[in-house]
Amino acid sequence: MSDTNATATESTTDGSRRRQRLRRLGETLASQAKTVWRSKMAVFGICLILAFTLMAVTAPFIAPYEPNERQYADDGSWKTMESPSAEHPLGTTDDGYDVLSQLIWGSQIAMFVGYLGAFMVAVIGTGAGVVAGYYGGLVDEGVMRFVDILYGLPFIPFVIVIATIFGASVWNVIFGIALLYWLTTARVVRSEVLSIKERPYIEAAKAAGASNLRIMRVHIVPNVLPLSALYAAIAVGYSITAQASIAFLGFSDPTVPSWGVMLQRVFNQQGLDAWWWFLPPGISITLVVLGAYLAGRGYDEIVNPQLQQ
Amino acid sequence: MLNRKYLLQRLALMGISLFIVVTLLFFLFRQIPGGPTAMMAPGALPEDVRQQVIEEHGLNEPLWRQYVLFMTNLVQGDLGYSFYYGQPVSSMIASRVVNTLALMISAILISYTLGIYLGAHLGWIRGTTLERVEMVIVLIARSTPVFFMGLFLLYIFSFQLGWFPVGGMRSVGASADGAFQTFFSIDFFHHLVLPVVSLSLFYTGLPLLLMRNNMLEVITEEYIETAQAKGLSRRRIVFVHAARNAILPVVTAFAVAIGFSIGGQVLIETVFSWPGLGREMVDSATRNDYPMAQGTFLLLATLVITMNFVADILYTYLDPRVSVDGESE
Repeated sequence: MSDTNATATESTTDGSRRRQRLRRLGETLASQAKTVWRSKMAVFGICLILAFTLMAVTAPFIAPYEPNERQYADDGSWKTMESPSAEHPLGTTDDGYDVLSQLIWGSQIAMFVGYLGAFMVAVIGTGAGVVAGYYGGLVDEGVMRFVDILYGLPFIPFVIVIATIFGASVWNVIFGIALLYWLTTARVVRSEVLSIKERPYIEAAKAAGASNLRIMRVHIVPNVLPLSALYAAIAVGYSITAQASIAFLGFSDPTVPSWGVMLQRVFNQQGLDAWWWFLPPGISITLVVLGAYLAGRGYDEIVNPQLQQ
Repeated sequence: MLNRKYLLQRLALMGISLFIVVTLLFFLFRQIPGGPTAMMAPGALPEDVRQQVIEEHGLNEPLWRQYVLFMTNLVQGDLGYSFYYGQPVSSMIASRVVNTLALMISAILISYTLGIYLGAHLGWIRGTTLERVEMVIVLIARSTPVFFMGLFLLYIFSFQLGWFPVGGMRSVGASADGAFQTFFSIDFFHHLVLPVVSLSLFYTGLPLLLMRNNMLEVITEEYIETAQAKGLSRRRIVFVHAARNAILPVVTAFAVAIGFSIGGQVLIETVFSWPGLGREMVDSATRNDYPMAQGTFLLLATLVITMNFVADILYTYLDPRVSVDGESE
């Protein structure tokens, strides 16, 4: 196994190989997309997520008002806790803010945390799982015991501790997700790698002198990607719930409009009588999380046919 | 069967986990600019008490000395004094633990009974329209953030219908003599209903989906066919023959679930003003009552670590196919 050799061959035909790999990646993606398309459940879930993503991206154009822009009645008084009307389709809050606008602006932080969380879960979880499973021995032992120890940190209390010490901000949740949400993915990916690495083509690649890095990148990672994608899809939902929960408890930046902050305000101001104020953010979170579940489960049923029969 | 070497290994890992979590916590709390007493609201802590706190915790000593002192105190069960209550953290926490466990155990027992039953049922009616409808309901319940579920139930059953109290553990003025009266009175159950229902709706999803997936595997086994050929009733086959084998992974998930349920517990205690550990942690973190926040977190983490340990042991005990290293053969 000589690394220099492998790099040399790679650099000579670098361009064509890269093109080839890109084409293969494109084919894989296309076939996966076709697979997903077969599940109505997955398609519905993806549509839900895309709808909220669109809402987040176009927020500056579709939101009627700024999230914290006070609405005044003709006589100059605040429009406090007004029920839905043509002018304010979802009514107003106790501070006279437009609920619909807050809802639309709030989707930005939700989708940001959702996608970033999913990305981190996929990258960190897959990385740790592949390295532990492929190298085995002490590396495996080290990584997995580290995972075991992190399992001992309960997520919400841990983020609260972080927020207490470093001050309330959106980044506490993101830090918590990066530290704690990839553990299950790593475990599952690792056990998958343990079985993949026994297959003959890995032997063949080793015999041909491919480096460890190359074997992992070219032969192992592509095979665990469907699994990572599944966990990433579900992580979109988990991350959004996590962000909303922490914001609800009051450990996120209250000036950044988010669904969790809206619900916290409702709760603290005893505004539960205003259904138009607390139902929209709660239902929005539920729908995105449901979308993530459906996308993940639909995909899972296609990839594991014994689940559907 | 239980292997002594594995048990010892696992115990050692639990000890190391606890040690690392405690150490991490110690250094995290020392990151507060100016030390743990600096962020106190002026006047909240009299100067002489502040000096005493600094003295007791050795806050003016080098970091490593503080760490040794912290660990020594911890081993002796001393978690320091709460800034807010002015009492030892350990005695404040003790009563909260019981309240938290009362809520948590009720919710987990209900959701696991319900989840196992419904999961077996769903696995059996696979492919019918009824199954699809039930699955959608289950997935919606599982997607709803637990605190929103709590708020929603509060809106319907307390604010609109007025059936249940809006929070707390007992009515104002209701006195409780001894533990028995505290936890076995009509008043207590009345307060318990909404938080338990919110938590259960959320927790049921995991055992239910696990049970359903296991059932799908089990019902293809030959002995199920044999049972059918023997002419046993459907009910008997599902709940006596199939469910018994599908239940193993759910039992292990039970212990892990207690660990995972901590987050939901913190949220629901906050929504329903339940005087438990979770709410105490949120309140003390908001008040910058660091010793209290630290103590509650330590207890929650200990609970999680212990439950993970129990889950691993149960797993090897219940499933003889698992070898000594905890790997499947």
